[in-house]
Amino acid sequence: MDPVGLSAVAVVLVAGVGVGLWRRRVDGRLRPVAPAPVPVDGAVEQTGGVEDVQEIERLDPALLARLGAEPGRVTLLQFSTAFCAPCRALRRISAEVVALLPEVRHVEVDAESHLDEVRELNIWRTPTLLILDADGRVTRRATGIPTKPHLIAALAALLRSV
Amino acid sequence: MELDPRGQRFAAALTSIVIALVLITGWGWLALAQAAVFAITAWKPRLGPYPLIFRALVLPRLKKSTEREPAAPVRFAQLVGFAFLSVSAGGYLAGAETLGLVAAACGLLAAFLNAAFGLCLGCEAYLGIRRLTGRNAETVRNA
Repeated sequence: MDPVGLSAVAVVLVAGVGVGLWRRRVDGRLRPVAPAPVPVDGAVEQTGGVEDVQEIERLDPALLARLGAEPGRVTLLQFSTAFCAPCRALRRISAEVVALLPEVRHVEVDAESHLDEVRELNIWRTPTLLILDADGRVTRRATGIPTKPHLIAALAALLRSV
Repeated sequence: MELDPRGQRFAAALTSIVIALVLITGWGWLALAQAAVFAITAWKPRLGPYPLIFRALVLPRLKKSTEREPAAPVRFAQLVGFAFLSVSAGGYLAGAETLGLVAAACGLLAAFLNAAFGLCLGCEAYLGIRRLTGRNAETVRNA
């Protein structure tokens, strides 16, 4: 019996339960994306904006084109890798959601073959799901698997506002 | 190739127990044995010792399930486990007990999270590692 080893086991198990519970809480939450900070000298351009709509930066159309997600439609943009079992589950859920809401498009991207875009969009884990509006703005973002009702609710809000 | 996810959870649970025993006893040969189990399962998931135990003893008692998961993430996770446990075995057997302990503790955390919560740490770290080291595959092709 090694007392150091025994306490190591205890520490790891406690840490593991902590990490696991935290992840269970955070995973799949569709977080609203904060609008990009408006530079002070760029504020002049904002005068004609609708006051209620928070201005979220549009993604570069060229970047979206490289991912096969040209602006124009509300899009579920999913980042996956081959070594990712939950990615498959998310693909299934997204396909079901798209079948219910035909205006919405599901695009799945192999993160590994688009590492530059992955860095630019600050994606670290798969699956990561971005909800894009028709103008190519990221309105919500989830890592892990969101529930189908949450996904539909987020998309419905977006489709209504068009 | 596809695998029954329940078999993976079972294997992760057995792995957790074995690595906990490694930590408690500080027995390097047990760490080496676990590393070998990882290596075999990564190479041929269906021939892995723990999946064999699962199919022989546990599966006949469970209800039939059609749920399957792809084998690639599992094999990658086994490789990550193999890396940790070989370092651990090397550490214990060479007298570097702290190295052995830390590496085994990392392995235990990953195996425990997989068994208890179905989380695959190695799979999640994969994209992060590729991000830091890799170039865009398309850029490479175009260059």
